[in-house]
Amino acid sequence: MPLVKNGEITPDPWTHIADGEDAPLDAPIIVSTDRWNAERASLVHRNAPIGIRLRNDQLPDELGEDLYRFGVVAIEFPAFKDGRAYTQARLLRERYRFTGEVRAFGDVLRDQLLFMQRCGIDAFEIRKLADAEAFRSTIGEISVFFQPAADDRRPVTALRNRAVASWAY
Amino acid sequence: MYRYDEFDHTIVRERVVQFREQVGRRLAGEITEDEFKPLRLMNGLYLQLHAYMLRVAIPYGTLSSRQMRTLAHIARAYDKGYGHFTTRQNIQYNWPKLVDVPDLLDELAKVEMHALQTSGNCIRNITADPYAGVAADEIEDPRIYAEIIRQWSTLHPEFTFLPRKFKIALTGTDTDRAAVKLHDIGIAIIRDENGAVGFRIDVGGGQGRTPIIAETIRDFLPKQDLLPYLEAILRVYNMLGRRDNIYKARIKILVQSEGLERFTELVEEEFTHLKGGAVELPQAELDRIRAYFAAPRYETLDNGSKELESARQADEEFAAWVKTNVDTHKQPGYAIVNISLKPVGGIPGDASAEEMEAVADLADRYSFGEIRVTHEQNLTLPSVQQSELFSLWLGLKIHGLATANIGHAGDIIACPGLDYCNLANARSIPVAQAISRKFENIRRQHDIGRLTINISGCINACGHHHVGNIGLLGVEKNGEEFYQITLGGRADENAEIGRVVGPAFSYDDVPGAVETVVETYLQQREDNDESFVDAYARLGATPFKDALYATR
Ligand code: SF4
Repeated sequence: MPLVKNGEITPDPWTHIADGEDAPLDAPIIVSTDRWNAERASLVHRNAPIGIRLRNDQLPDELGEDLYRFGVVAIEFPAFKDGRAYTQARLLRERYRFTGEVRAFGDVLRDQLLFMQRCGIDAFEIRKLADAEAFRSTIGEISVFFQPAADDRRPVTALRNRAVASWAY
Repeated sequence: MYRYDEFDHTIVRERVVQFREQVGRRLAGEITEDEFKPLRLMNGLYLQLHAYMLRVAIPYGTLSSRQMRTLAHIARAYDKGYGHFTTRQNIQYNWPKLVDVPDLLDELAKVEMHALQTSGNCIRNITADPYAGVAADEIEDPRIYAEIIRQWSTLHPEFTFLPRKFKIALTGTDTDRAAVKLHDIGIAIIRDENGAVGFRIDVGGGQGRTPIIAETIRDFLPKQDLLPYLEAILRVYNMLGRRDNIYKARIKILVQSEGLERFTELVEEEFTHLKGGAVELPQAELDRIRAYFAAPRYETLDNGSKELESARQADEEFAAWVKTNVDTHKQPGYAIVNISLKPVGGIPGDASAEEMEAVADLADRYSFGEIRVTHEQNLTLPSVQQSELFSLWLGLKIHGLATANIGHAGDIIACPGLDYCNLANARSIPVAQAISRKFENIRRQHDIGRLTINISGCINACGHHHVGNIGLLGVEKNGEEFYQITLGGRADENAEIGRVVGPAFSYDDVPGAVETVVETYLQQREDNDESFVDAYARLGATPFKDALYATR
């Protein structure tokens, strides 16, 4: 499955490890919160980066300070219609100030990529190669944003009143 | 009225380009109908029984005459000469061809209109009091805040894939013409005991198979907190709303299952994080938007125009129309005029291209070029000089638009039903037409007094049957159309859910049953001032039941 990061299809250094599956000691892995909670003591002593998979009903505060140990937080779109991960992403970025990778996996489709990116997701496991290849053009289809989110795009409310604000000084 | 600036224009244009590309992919067979579905729904395009249906947003029901002319043109060029105004102050076209839709959207964009967020599980078109800005008892114009919410919710990245659709309505007066208690969020502009203006926030109202009157989550919300508070409610709902069962996915079910107290705690906790944050609207932006809704240049006049009085004396028909269709304006010498889209035997909410153009012309001549759409599927000219009411009425009459039945038995609200809708159990439109014919005598309607009749073709309740004084719900029994009757519903500031009166009636019998209900009321009312709902509240269901089922 192609991974898009920084707008490009890139090789994925990370491996998703299912619960019960052996975890390699020296490669970056992403594990579930159940696995993390059960094997935390041994997992923290690995020599390679570790990432965590959140379920859709989990909030980042469950991870406590451990959050900042993870190189990746992976959040799932079980179906494109299920939008809980958008909130999870914004909370990770805006409330918990998580600066590592926030990655979307699951039903990640071309027409939702911009919304995901605006919510702070910066890595995308995209099912269809054609969708991954269209990443840049898709993201660029809309250039105006009506509300602040987790990205650094300036919402129109700020752009519109810039002139007014500087005039006031 | 609000006018688009470069940003508003850009986003609407970009969306049309984007959709044109998506339609192209579909027509070329690069994507399947299944894959196309979410994309077209994001642009208000439904697939119905016979064809596509496009729902165009009319934000808070406000239209300029220029926009109305474009809607008329679209009816002619892309539909069969008609448009259908809906209970959410939108307009629907029933026969557009897929290949034409991008062009149609282009034409809308030229007059600052679009079909964004008129379907899908997102924040839908914002509705508001059709008398906004002109109601005599208004605290502040709800359109200002409706526009702010419209912009904030446009392509909101976090809230475009909610558990279910999400509807917000606003009112700026105590008299509720926007049915705020029947929305996912209802916002009433209020004044607190110190005179400060803010909002009462109601949450969890709705119709459908579980009708619920919204409960108040915040008695008084300061103005600057509006967007952070909405964001808090939506966020709690997005995370916790049910996604496993479409019938339990609306926010009303979450509020019920958590309980209002717990739900409020969750929202208030989220709000502490969002308050004062980036989403809070800058004062400059609030002022900018407010300026668009400044009152038109009214002339300084007095109430009680001589021309109006003499015309009323001279023409009984005109006098009757003034009584039902004209309302008090905040500006002396002016009046609010309602145009009924419910002629005898007509299709509720339908308007032909010619009628739309006639209304646009009359709006230019008499009402500063402004038109409103009401949730009762009628139109309103918000600001007409009292002295010109008679000539306006003559103008409406030529086009068959002067039916004097606003708020009366002939002013039936009906969904499209089995004639168009693939979810329907039963027809709505022909039932509405048959009932309307039973009450064709306007004098009789005026004698009956205020009465709302609402018809839905299935439990989705698009015809708002739960809150009709008389509600009809289409059900299916052994492949036949039947109609369940509910009584006592109301959609105003004293919102009530109607109660089922007894076994359902067949298609052929239901107009007669409605007549029996009305006759029973006429026999039992205390006097002419006791309205149908008041009489029902006093009498209960028994006399109506007896009359309806006596011969069975
Ligand atoms: S109430 Fe039912 S039949 Fe009527 S429009 Fe809605 S979904 Fe269709």
